[in-house]
Amino acid sequence: MPVFEAFRLALQTIRAQKLKSGFSLLGVFIGVASLIAAWSIVNGVNRYMTEKFAQTLYGVNTFQLRRRPMFAANVPDSVWRAWRRRPRIKFSDAEAVTAALTMPVVTAWQSDDNGSVFYGGKEARDIQLVAASERYFEIKNLRIAIGRPFTAQENRSGVPVAVLGDAVAKRLFVDRTPLERSVRIGGIGYRVIGVVEKQGSVLGFPLDRFVVVPAFAPAQSLVNPPGVVDALLVKARSEVEMREAMEVAEGVMRSRRHLRPNQDNNFVLDTSEGVQRFWAGISRILVVVLPGVVIVSLVIGGIVIMNIMLMSVAERTREIGLRKSLGARRRDVLRQFLAESAALATVGAAFGIVAGIGLTLLINAVSPLPASVSPASVVLGVIMGAGVGVIAGVYPASRAARLDPIAALRQE
Amino acid sequence: MTAPALQAFRTGDTPLPEIVILTHKLTRQYDMGGEVVRALQGVSLQIKKNEYVAVMGPSGSGKSTLMNLIGCLDTPTSGEYWLNAQKVSDLDDDALARIRNKEIGFVFQTFNLLPRATALHNVELPLIYAGHGARERRAQAAHALERVGLADRMAHRPNELSGGQRQRVAIARALVNEPSILLADEPTGNLDSTTSGEIMQVFAALHGQGQTIVMVTHEHDIAAHAARVVTLRDGLIATDQRQAA
Repeated sequence: MPVFEAFRLALQTIRAQKLKSGFSLLGVFIGVASLIAAWSIVNGVNRYMTEKFAQTLYGVNTFQLRRRPMFAANVPDSVWRAWRRRPRIKFSDAEAVTAALTMPVVTAWQSDDNGSVFYGGKEARDIQLVAASERYFEIKNLRIAIGRPFTAQENRSGVPVAVLGDAVAKRLFVDRTPLERSVRIGGIGYRVIGVVEKQGSVLGFPLDRFVVVPAFAPAQSLVNPPGVVDALLVKARSEVEMREAMEVAEGVMRSRRHLRPNQDNNFVLDTSEGVQRFWAGISRILVVVLPGVVIVSLVIGGIVIMNIMLMSVAERTREIGLRKSLGARRRDVLRQFLAESAALATVGAAFGIVAGIGLTLLINAVSPLPASVSPASVVLGVIMGAGVGVIAGVYPASRAARLDPIAALRQE
Repeated sequence: MTAPALQAFRTGDTPLPEIVILTHKLTRQYDMGGEVVRALQGVSLQIKKNEYVAVMGPSGSGKSTLMNLIGCLDTPTSGEYWLNAQKVSDLDDDALARIRNKEIGFVFQTFNLLPRATALHNVELPLIYAGHGARERRAQAAHALERVGLADRMAHRPNELSGGQRQRVAIARALVNEPSILLADEPTGNLDSTTSGEIMQVFAALHGQGQTIVMVTHEHDIAAHAARVVTLRDGLIATDQRQAA
């Protein structure tokens, strides 16, 4: 009997026994649906991380000269301690690197720490206090909603002016305009000259809880020791120019630090790839946990299907006897029941795929997690569904194939 | 008279196309939990092409066992069974399945139709296992249904058919592969006497067209339709008589 014939027969049987088939599909259905939904979340966050999150945090074609990476997952203590022993990035380092960059780039200094911002009797806590130079806004793609950013002149002179993040402005001023009012940071008054457009959040992290002040403003002393910056931000016009600029910066820093050729850098040139590596570390954990969930549901699904198939073989003993008497060989009977069980599981997987895609769309609509369906997960879902069916069908089908036709025909 | 034909089959030098079934000292024992039951104790039988044979005997006489052996559903403990000059008593499972498919058409007491399949599909079943294509199957199955007078019932399911019609579907299924033997096990056991008569008319017509028929029955008036009656008792042939149809 050809395989196609076996499948046609299997689908007929499934259609004839809708309720029983429905129950036996459930396990595979859940397994495949959860596979697709979970995979879609990982996939979606992945894409989000590479396309948007990294760009938001770093900017396009931008690298940062830092003492240590901004994001790192699974770092051993020894490495962490070594990072902490590294020398800081000095104003003079940043100036020397900037001076050496001959290609057209935009640079900015940045130091930051968490702290409070006060206005009148109100306090905005846990705010990212950023001391940065004037082109920070351009590199970070922060557009000013009202007011203006500070100028190069204001930056160099360390004029106490502040540009607020949207959340800070809302917290301290509610509906009033914050412009020309004075907020206090570290006991010193800063005149508010601008508010940045609302940035929203990524993966639930708010992006609007910050204040930017000039790099030479008094707040610098709250954030870093004198003459030290956390990062020099360099934005190039293209990826190629960014790589060139990174080489120049590396050379300048190595010579300033007097590193011999066999010594490693004691600074990093961090790009958005760093964030992506960080995310890759997290997603690897998901990739380990996810198969567990899927495998458990598929195993349960397989056991259910095996039971249903054993019942089906018992109920249809007479039919099997008849088929054998009409010339069905063992392998024909085996194939028929394997096909039936594979078809059952595949139909379950198909429903699971629909549900998984639906779930993905739902997650997209109601949660901050960006999810997008991966075609590979759909293919894998079908393969695993059918595979579970075949494996679960082996035992019942071989029992059916071994039935003695005489005894089977005699059965009531 | 068995011996020369057997000798011819064994050596294979003289073709004897008119002998369809030849059994030689066929025995079958069952081991029923340590106790050996001798269902057949040496049955030697020859059935020629286009014979119409009824096998009779009380229950426990071994007629079902003989039927299963002739139908290649079972293998003998000892002895030989030649079907169309082929020794089938020592064939393996798959080879026997092929013989059942090509050479034997079964008709059962309880019809054994697939309840959810149409008459046409039921008749198609043996052709599926013979590996025929869908179009050819349909044409052959339709032709077999026409032969038993059910041309207008092809799309009906068994529960939409009368008992006699169901048995005729089963006969069509048995005939569809044009087997050497039509093997019927109490074919009228579940039918009233009028319908039984109809089925016997179908058998008589098929016999008239050259079909070899072996029928197990315990009813004398049914056996009376056959041209030859073999009676078994205690696993042996007790009588073997030809009679006027």
